[in-house]
Amino acid sequence: MDIEKEDLLRLYYFLKLTRGLEDRITAMYRQGRILGGVWTSNGMEAISVGYACALEKNDIIAPYFRDMGAFLVKGITPRRIMAQYLGKKTGVTGGNEGNVHVVDINLGVLGYPSHLADNYPVAVGVALSFKIRGEQRVVAACTGDGGTSRGDFHEALNMASVWKVPVVFFCNNNQYAYSTPVKLQMAIKNVAERALAYAIPSEIVDGNDVVAVYQAARNAYERARLGEGPSFIECKTMRMHGHSEHDAAKYVPRELIDEWKKKDPVINMESHLISNNIAKEEKLKEIGEQVVKEIEDAVEFAEQSPLPEGKEAIEGVYATPV
Amino acid sequence: MEITYLDAIKQALDEEMTRDRNVFLMGEDIGYYGGAFRATEGLYEKYGQWRVIDTPLSESGFTGAAIGAALMGMRPVVEMQFADFISCAFDQIVSVAAKNFYRWGGKTPIVIRAPFGGNIHGAAYHSQCPEGWFFNVPGLKIVAPSNPYDAKGLLKASIRDDDPVIYFEHKYLYRRIKDTIPEDDYIVPIGKSKVIKEGEDISIITYSAMVHIAIEAAHILEDEGISLEIIDLRTLLPVDKKGIYESVKKTSKVIILYEAPRTGGVGAEVAALISEEVFEYLDAPVVRISAPDTPVPYSPPLEEFYIPKVDDIVKAARRLAAY
Repeated sequence: MDIEKEDLLRLYYFLKLTRGLEDRITAMYRQGRILGGVWTSNGMEAISVGYACALEKNDIIAPYFRDMGAFLVKGITPRRIMAQYLGKKTGVTGGNEGNVHVVDINLGVLGYPSHLADNYPVAVGVALSFKIRGEQRVVAACTGDGGTSRGDFHEALNMASVWKVPVVFFCNNNQYAYSTPVKLQMAIKNVAERALAYAIPSEIVDGNDVVAVYQAARNAYERARLGEGPSFIECKTMRMHGHSEHDAAKYVPRELIDEWKKKDPVINMESHLISNNIAKEEKLKEIGEQVVKEIEDAVEFAEQSPLPEGKEAIEGVYATPV
Repeated sequence: MEITYLDAIKQALDEEMTRDRNVFLMGEDIGYYGGAFRATEGLYEKYGQWRVIDTPLSESGFTGAAIGAALMGMRPVVEMQFADFISCAFDQIVSVAAKNFYRWGGKTPIVIRAPFGGNIHGAAYHSQCPEGWFFNVPGLKIVAPSNPYDAKGLLKASIRDDDPVIYFEHKYLYRRIKDTIPEDDYIVPIGKSKVIKEGEDISIITYSAMVHIAIEAAHILEDEGISLEIIDLRTLLPVDKKGIYESVKKTSKVIILYEAPRTGGVGAEVAALISEEVFEYLDAPVVRISAPDTPVPYSPPLEEFYIPKVDDIVKAARRLAAY
């Protein structure tokens, strides 16, 4: 499959933006400027950038908490995300939800609970509604390796396969669920083997190669749109920080981090673009500068935005108040 | 025409599916088979397999799927084959459905039909009244009709509501309770209780199957010169505070009657509301008549002991009348 130059540059732009935004959030966390914990997709950006860039505009994502790239690709602005991290009224949830819960259903981004894999059955229902209404849309769902041990993961894969609905399941296999390595999570070698039990075609891709993720996603979406049912894509990667920024992750062998440092998805993509003559260094530099500007603008916007008023806490429990 | 409580539920589903193409049903054995209690009989033939969907045995899975479809503008009604199995879907209900709107504005108009209650020799896993598990969850609505009119009107209101609603339908009432109800389209609004019988001396605040034993008790006590006022809550969450307070102000004596375990549920909350808001009107302690804090037993003498009876009400009312 050929990918157009502008699509490749788009992938690169969102990799840079995701990396830059989360690095900025991490730095602000260390300065004590962020409320609560900080969980990032550092080193794993290619997964959510790749799967989201391969979607059409009116497709839906049922993401999880390491999908910052997908939030940005779907059109949620750094301004609204940064305001969310500061608990501001201009944030995507107006201060009601925790910082990492970036969401906007009008842009096709569903909210996700912290209970990993809860979003998988929800995604199946989204896909079911497309099937019932005869719409050519797809839904992408994502969870981590740990999330695949939950019952909801298995119930969702089973239902999706029985009903043949247009959903593509992604797994960010970053080798650790908090401190638990995959070998203590499951007795199989690849998460993708779990899909086998549900007669769902699966693929294992290099989760640090944004082009590979993008291509696998695009193929799977095409299958789904043709009515051929769900697919499962395992993206192998490595969590380069702790579970969250407070976690030093001393349980991860140093060599593992060193090994994966060489496979950094942003640098990977830069080399790919330069060595294949797709873009010159000046172009990449230009993108990098644009990203910095957007992020600084977002920080300024967020810091100047108002906090909600305390009494707003009791508003909006019901959509139809009684 | 006189119809049963079960027919009323079926009619509501049928009429809402005709009225709104977004309404569809999911659950175990509800399609071709027509449901364990026949609540969806004939609907599969009428609306097809993608509007009356037989699901795998996955309560959490299909409740989650209902949430996803609802977020896309559909109005799914899921059936828990028995309310007891709703525990498998607990996380999707309380962590996802109930919080979507507050957390991020996600409208989640799902209805969860949950056949509940005992007196059918169903034992611990086919008889429970689990409304208390959900009573503490902001964002949910909970209804529990006692008769065919309310069964139909509350189910229609639940389907049309933009919030997740748990609809507790009592298995004991399915074929035992009949009534003539209007043929025209109507709803029973969520959040409004109903005075089933006006009275002067003691208020009985109750819902679902217990309404019927309250009525029996009221007849017996009438002959003794004790006049009961029966309030059918109909909606448990949010509970109709105004309806409760009005009755308490009038009678000054209260029995709260419910089939669920005694501790920490509707009874406790209604008692707390009364002591907070209308304490000065009380002439006697608030009395709870409920099941004991045990799992539901199987053998007839055990189950009979477990479920509140007419006699329990009569005795409690006589005691209260003496104040």
